[in-house]
Amino acid sequence: MKKMKKTLAAAAGVFVGFLNGLFGSGGGMVAVPVLKALGVEDRKSHATSILVISVLSLFTIGMYLGNDSFHLTDALYYLPGGLAGAVVGALLLNKLPLRWLRLLFGGVVLYSAIRLFFR
Amino acid sequence: MEWLTALLPAFFGAVLSALGMGGGGVLLIYLTVFKDVDQFAAQGINLVFFIPIAIVSLIIHIKNKLVDFKVAAILIPAGILGVFAGSKLAGSLPDGLLRRLFAGFLLLIAFKEIYSAFKKPASEEETNDGRSPAKK
Repeated sequence: MKKMKKTLAAAAGVFVGFLNGLFGSGGGMVAVPVLKALGVEDRKSHATSILVISVLSLFTIGMYLGNDSFHLTDALYYLPGGLAGAVVGALLLNKLPLRWLRLLFGGVVLYSAIRLFFR
Repeated sequence: MEWLTALLPAFFGAVLSALGMGGGGVLLIYLTVFKDVDQFAAQGINLVFFIPIAIVSLIIHIKNKLVDFKVAAILIPAGILGVFAGSKLAGSLPDGLLRRLFAGFLLLIAFKEIYSAFKKPASEEETNDGRSPAKK
């Protein structure tokens, strides 16, 4: 990898980590396009971003645990549904109309942003 | 009861995650918008929630040789620096401000999703863009 690309990758990495730390989410939104820009093919970009984000998330969790407003046990309720959903999502991937899902998802996120802002 | 009400958003969040649609935010949105959980605590829950999903996906992705370890080896150490700064900031901001910043970030994501829904034709490329851990 060229030096220029390495520098870009490192800078993007800092930004991805920053988002992960600040919002506890959203790093993938940046990591996937960055990986593609670095010449990693589409499928690999997505898979690689999961590795990057999950390692960074572990560090963020460690940092968050130092703050009294978050406890590990709060998350336990959500793990069974999450695991089931991950398997179903993986199985359904090629069977769902992604365009409509995206539109629906975009709409829900838009509504949430507005409601959250004025909460 | 808590377990039951937690099941649905967790399920759909993970389905969307696996579909590569930024589903990592679904549980977070549910917690902050509909359950009034504090922003910081909700973000922590969201992070822990993501880990087992990521492990399941990664096992399959690594088997299929889809993980580029070379690039990850650059992104991860750099990312840890960012994590440090971002977490410190998140922990020190008033919760209401953090929530509003997150709302702004969601707005960007919403536009991106809606834009990409209109931009791409519903072609094979869209459903087969390799975002599935199950796909060879």
